[in-house]
Formats: sequence, C-alpha cells, structure tokens
Amino acid sequence: MKSDAKWLKVLKRYRIFLVLVVINLFVLLAFPTIGTRSLSLTWANTLEMLSIIPPVFILLGLLDVWVKRETMIKLMGEGSGLRGVLLAFLLGSAAAGPLYAAFPVAVVLLKKGTRFSNVLIFIGAWSTTKIPMLMFEASALGWKFMLTRFAIDLVGIALIAWITGKVLSKEEIQKIRAQAEAAET
Amino acid sequence: MDVSTIILYVVTVVLLLLSFWKDRKKTLTALKKGRKAFENIMPQFLVILIFIGLMLAVLTPEQISSVLGSQSGWLGMLLASLIGSITLIPGFIAFPLASALLKNGAGFMQIAVFVSTLMMVGIVTLPLEIKTFGRKAAVTRNLLAYVFSFGVAIVIGVVLG
Repeated sequence: MKSDAKWLKVLKRYRIFLVLVVINLFVLLAFPTIGTRSLSLTWANTLEMLSIIPPVFILLGLLDVWVKRETMIKLMGEGSGLRGVLLAFLLGSAAAGPLYAAFPVAVVLLKKGTRFSNVLIFIGAWSTTKIPMLMFEASALGWKFMLTRFAIDLVGIALIAWITGKVLSKEEIQKIRAQAEAAET
Repeated sequence: MDVSTIILYVVTVVLLLLSFWKDRKKTLTALKKGRKAFENIMPQFLVILIFIGLMLAVLTPEQISSVLGSQSGWLGMLLASLIGSITLIPGFIAFPLASALLKNGAGFMQIAVFVSTLMMVGIVTLPLEIKTFGRKAAVTRNLLAYVFSFGVAIVIGVVLG
C-alpha cells in the first residue's frame, strides 16, 4: 500500500528521535528528578529554537529564490577574494540562533556556488563570533576576555576554514556541492 | 526575546513584504523552499533537542562546576575541553555558568578552553554537520576547532593570567 510505504519512510526518518523519546520516558519513570529536568531543558531549548526558526528559514527561502547563482559566485565564490571572506564572516556573525540552524543555510550557500572555504568561514563565525553572543560574553566574563578571544578567533576561523578546504580534494568538494544541489527543490 | 531576535524578525518581515510586492509567485516559492528545508532537517533538530535535555539533566551545571572548579592545570583544561566538546549548552546558561566558575576559583585558561570548545566543537551536532559537509570535512573542522581551543586558552592565559 502506498500510504503504508509513506508512513514507513517517516518512521525511518524519525527513528533516532523516537528511540530518544522512549529513553527519555524510561528515565522519567526510573529517575523522576533527572527525567523532569531533561524534559524542562528540552522544552526551554525548543522554545529558543522555535523563536528563530521562522525567520531563518524564510530568509533561506528568499535567498534561494532571489539571489542568482552568478551573483553569489561573484560575491562569495571562487575568486571573490578577501571581500568574499569578509562577507561570509559578516553573514555568520550577524546570525542569531544555535549552530545547528546554520547548516541548512550552508546548504543553500553551497548550492549557489559559494566557495567551500567561505562556507566554512560562515559556519565558524556563526559558531563563535555572533555579535549578540559577544555582548553576553563581555558582560559575563569581561571585555578583556571577550576581545582577546574574538581577536584570536578571527585568525582561527580563517585558519580552520583554509586547512579544511586544503585537506579535501577538488572531487570531494564537488561531491559535497552536488549533494547540496540535490538536497532541495 | 532578545534584541537580535527582534532585529532578525524585522529584517525578515521587511524583506518578505518587499519580495511579495515585487513577485508574488516567487515569494510563495521561497516560502515553500524554506518549509521544505525545515522539514528535511526536522528529525535531526528533534534529536539534538532531546539529546541536549538528557545530557544536561545528567551533567548538571553543579557537576560541571565541581569538575572544573577543583581541577587546575592541564588536566583541568583537558576535562574542560571534553565537557565543552560533548555538551551543547545555550549561551544563556553557558556564560553565567562560566562567570560563576571564575568567581569560584577556576582559571581563565580552563574557562577559555571550555567556552571555545562549547561553541566551536559540536559532537551532538556532528551527524547534522556530516550530512551537510560529508564526514571528512566535518570531522576535520571539529578536530581543528578542538586543537585551536587550546591555542585560545594559551593566548587568554598570557593576556589575562
């Protein structure tokens, strides 16, 4: 039956999630304190995620539809040079939300022909130099701590992106890009 | 809701209206694409959310601080880096925790390696990263970020120590 196959597919996609739900229920029964704590933490994180999901995915869709491949290649593709690096860095730093929300955006960037190392710079910036996070860091750990870490992160993000780009062969990067192109639409 | 989220919403609404005004059909395609991208990623998101909940319920901030507060030197840094790599703590919990650790006597270097691995190394999100960039690139990026976090700690130690 066609609908059965569809359900099976959904079940398969969500199998790890379902296993974790079962584990969580087991923990809730066996260790109520840890179980309740876990659920309330998951709930808090879900709310945090839900608050940024609509804008991030709408922007992702708009980016996909409006920005032409040629434009993106010119801005952040091969040969975009330092400007491409800076743009990738600013794009990542201006982001809001946890790192895992950055990966779907990275897929669109790859699809549009952004240079691989620039996508990694975007990921690096999203992970550690998000502007609102830096403000938070400065107030909790002091300006000197935040600024020192920020300065070395600038070097680190570029270095990590560059080395990762070098470690992979052209064919491997091509494969990642092809996979991104096949992912949606 | 913090300021950055509000700005994100304002920017999104403005661009969405602009897009709608310019081309209705294209805008609907964009929304469809956004929804599709979200659906694709939803199973992984849900796994991450439950996993973080379970992990932080077992590994409480109190436990983290008892480990990081009592251990100093390289062993302290190693432990801090391991906890930072495996956990994924949202900033609104992580920074107050780091600040409390400092006040309780943890060193700047341990805190630096903890904060840096927390943000840059993601073992929980690794499956999602592999799905995006492939195994080799994802593992390489995380390993480099892990090693780099010790560099961050050393620089912080020199500047603030």
